[in-house]
Amino acid sequence: MSETPLYLDHAATTPLLPAAREAMLHGFAIWANPSSPHAPGRKARAALEEARSRIGAALDWKGEIIFTSGASEALALAIARCVQPLAAVSAVEHEAVLRHAGEAARLPVDARGLVDPAACALSGLVAVQQVNNETGVIQLVDAIVAAVRSAGGLLLIDAAQSAGKLDTPDADLIALSAHKFGGPIGVGALLVRDWALLRPTGGQERGYRGGTENVPDVLAMAAALEAGRDWLDQARQLRERLEQEIVAAGGEIVAADAPRLPTIGAYRMPGKSANAQLIRFDGQGIAVSAGSACSSGSLRTSHVLEAMGQVGANEVIRVSIGRETTAADIDRFITAWRGVAGA
Amino acid sequence: MTYLDYQATTPLAAEARQAMLRWLAEDGFANPHSAHAMGRAAKAAVEVAREQVAALFPPGGKVIFTGSATEAINLAIQGRAYGAIAVSAIEHAAVRDTARAVGSYHELPVGPDGLVDPQVALPDGLGLVAVMQVNNEIGTIQPVAHLAERAHQVGALFLCDAVQGAGKLAAPASADLIAVSAHKLYGPKGIGALWIRDGVELSPLIHGGGQESGLRSGTLSPALCAGFGAAVQVALARQEEDAAHVSGLWDAARDELARWTLNGSETERWKGNLNLRLNGLDVARLMSECRRVMFSAGSACASGSGRPSHVLRALGLSDNEARSSIRLGFGRYTTREELIEACRAIDAAAKTQGV
Repeated sequence: MSETPLYLDHAATTPLLPAAREAMLHGFAIWANPSSPHAPGRKARAALEEARSRIGAALDWKGEIIFTSGASEALALAIARCVQPLAAVSAVEHEAVLRHAGEAARLPVDARGLVDPAACALSGLVAVQQVNNETGVIQLVDAIVAAVRSAGGLLLIDAAQSAGKLDTPDADLIALSAHKFGGPIGVGALLVRDWALLRPTGGQERGYRGGTENVPDVLAMAAALEAGRDWLDQARQLRERLEQEIVAAGGEIVAADAPRLPTIGAYRMPGKSANAQLIRFDGQGIAVSAGSACSSGSLRTSHVLEAMGQVGANEVIRVSIGRETTAADIDRFITAWRGVAGA
Repeated sequence: MTYLDYQATTPLAAEARQAMLRWLAEDGFANPHSAHAMGRAAKAAVEVAREQVAALFPPGGKVIFTGSATEAINLAIQGRAYGAIAVSAIEHAAVRDTARAVGSYHELPVGPDGLVDPQVALPDGLGLVAVMQVNNEIGTIQPVAHLAERAHQVGALFLCDAVQGAGKLAAPASADLIAVSAHKLYGPKGIGALWIRDGVELSPLIHGGGQESGLRSGTLSPALCAGFGAAVQVALARQEEDAAHVSGLWDAARDELARWTLNGSETERWKGNLNLRLNGLDVARLMSECRRVMFSAGSACASGSGRPSHVLRALGLSDNEARSSIRLGFGRYTTREELIEACRAIDAAAKTQGV
């Protein structure tokens, strides 16, 4: 356990960017309640609203933005308050959507983890993630938007893994979480194309979300988004190398043929349970995961891999890379992989 | 500039800020729900914070971290089917609006002193009684222990919004559900908690990863939790000292503003809240003439809405009386000198209005 930690679990959370930390510390200094009418309150309000418009610009989002405590809350808010009832969700959604889904239809995925856009031509609210958190698979969002719209439905996109990395889709409601793109844990947003799509509840955020706004974390979220995504090219190269070596060592890439985010990959090591792999990697100071952080340790088979019909689903681990990941990190992981696979 | 709006939010305590920095550092990140070593370290920090926050509450329950007290209150009220709900007439909108939204709603009146009568008649079929510990606008301390007992006698649960009292007063020992917020006790914004007595079952409003025993999904922030925990620790350690300081401030402000009328009970109150009125006062003008003193009219959430405060109306004040009221809130970091100076500025500005 004396080895320096190697963190390859950036899909669970990724370090706070220095610019975000600076913004947060600045936010601590303007600590007044943004709903207060006095000067410090108005200053906090101005900072909050400025951050809101910067976030809109960084995401190229022309609609409204409601700040929440994270993506889970944003998704819960969207589903509970949308003017259309939830009609369907993809079978590979995060639990934050699935557990609200009740009787809503489940949209199946193919072996690559992709939803058929034609199946999304439904009236009512349809929820599909942009990027899957376990496999990195990118859904055919443009085609899904077109299908939902043609049927008069509304589209809710869980963009927790994709916001700040991919273009913002032209959906009706989009949930995101700051700590997946270098912002702090504890803040997220629901993007809303038009206020008329939601029923208000009263309170802050124009009556759509009660609770004192978390100004420091919102400022940090804006700074993190503005840090940009140039680093993804490097991530793509690192991932290519990682996958070549994994395949060479007898490993298998999940959804290899699907469009995938360059930072998240799922890999099967035949004959070794994911749990055994995790213990070995952890023992060498390497942080990876089996499926999502939330379900790790639960030993349940991933519903995502199950929906894809993945063979040996309980032998699959997730490796996710971040801005700071280096070629040396990948080399170290590959060496460890070979050791775990060979032993 | 003198900040006299401690009910809206409090400055972040240096100790809380310090505790947060450890988890905002470059090597301080991790998802506390990850199973690997870094995740376990983050989880340990969350659990230490949970223990620290738990010290606010009676034994025999669990602390669920939420994004705010508003969310905690929503979880408490919407997390279960209660049947009829009774709430005091001076509850915060987080309780009032939520209780109204879920169904059969009954209001418990308060007297001119801003207190619910412990013997107040309770309607039949009650499933929940919600009364706050300390009112956010007028500072009155409600007889919550007695009201919790009354609720239990009729088979109802008791929810206490302890946002303004937590860390200052002992928690109501007989409540079943208690909601608190970090940023009202010198902790960070973006985190609150719901304390749930063992045996009280709730269903989640936010589903997902199943964090917080399945009751509240969403990745927890080790930084926010640690800041909350540290703030509570300081508040409890300094409880008597803070109360004595605030009591001294109260006496000084009352002396300076002796000609103003106090809203709410003089004795049953948290003394960091001074809600006063002066007949004929134009509060908007006063605020613009006292730009260096930060105070409010009513609660932050409602201020600017132009609506007269429902709390002041519940005391029996006329709209005009309510509109001529101001709230001065002070606390740990307020000095006697700045408070006296601010009170003199306010009183002088009022006099120029001829009131």
